[in-house]
Amino acid sequence: MALIRWTPGLMGWERDPFAELERMKREMDRLIGAFFPTRGLGRTAGVFPAVNISEDANNIYVRAELPGIKAEDIEISIEDNSLIIKGERKIPEEGENVTYHRREREGGIFRRIISLPTKIDADKVTATSKNGVLEIVLPKAPESKPKQIEVKSG
Amino acid sequence: MSEKEMQVKEKAQITTEGEQLKEGPVFLPSVDIFESPEAITIVADLPGVSPDKLNIDLRDNELTIEGEVDYNIGEDEKYLLQEYEIGKYYRKFALSNVIDQSKISATMTDGVLRLVLPKVEAVKPRKIEVKAA
Repeated sequence: MALIRWTPGLMGWERDPFAELERMKREMDRLIGAFFPTRGLGRTAGVFPAVNISEDANNIYVRAELPGIKAEDIEISIEDNSLIIKGERKIPEEGENVTYHRREREGGIFRRIISLPTKIDADKVTATSKNGVLEIVLPKAPESKPKQIEVKSG
Repeated sequence: MSEKEMQVKEKAQITTEGEQLKEGPVFLPSVDIFESPEAITIVADLPGVSPDKLNIDLRDNELTIEGEVDYNIGEDEKYLLQEYEIGKYYRKFALSNVIDQSKISATMTDGVLRLVLPKVEAVKPRKIEVKAA
């Protein structure tokens, strides 16, 4: 077995080959993104429901379009710092004497877990559903709120 | 688990005929259309559309459904992740000449429109009984 003397810094990446791989992966993602623009949308997680997550200074907002799903058929829970949305969309049968021209709406069960980017106050989370859009408001924990530091002139 | 799991479906974006005076994407709502001997029913998913922002128009056997979405993110909010776009809905259907236009009814619950278009009396199928002489 031949032993090759390891000379750090010779090629510039020996110290952490994984960091170099990571950098190459980022570069590839950037190139692919340049060729296939996604209309400003991020990649979806491939899990129903699709969500939009936003934040302001005090809250994190998670919204999902869930038409025809009654509020009582949605189960929302917080575990550690993850949000879990579970439920079922029921498409009622329309009777035996009907025939279909189109059938595009689908029913089924769903369960999604979303890791939250900051610590939240789990006791103060609220969820409302309006016109088939679910909105979950997750207040940020005091320690993760931005703090304004006043500069006093001396 | 034998139950069916829901799949993510990207909203179908369309370019409508005519000029859109309001900016933003326009989507094709998913619909179920079914027919019974008495009526044709259209069920459409229009999440985010309130009943007063919905426009249903029927003329020359052409039915148009148009819905404005009146929700968006707050002014101080910043997106962390955006998996779907918000925009209005638009879809047009050609109907046969059998609808009793005076009896059309529409209801909207949880972002789902249910439009019942009753057929005119003359076209309702009739069973013809054959009497033994």
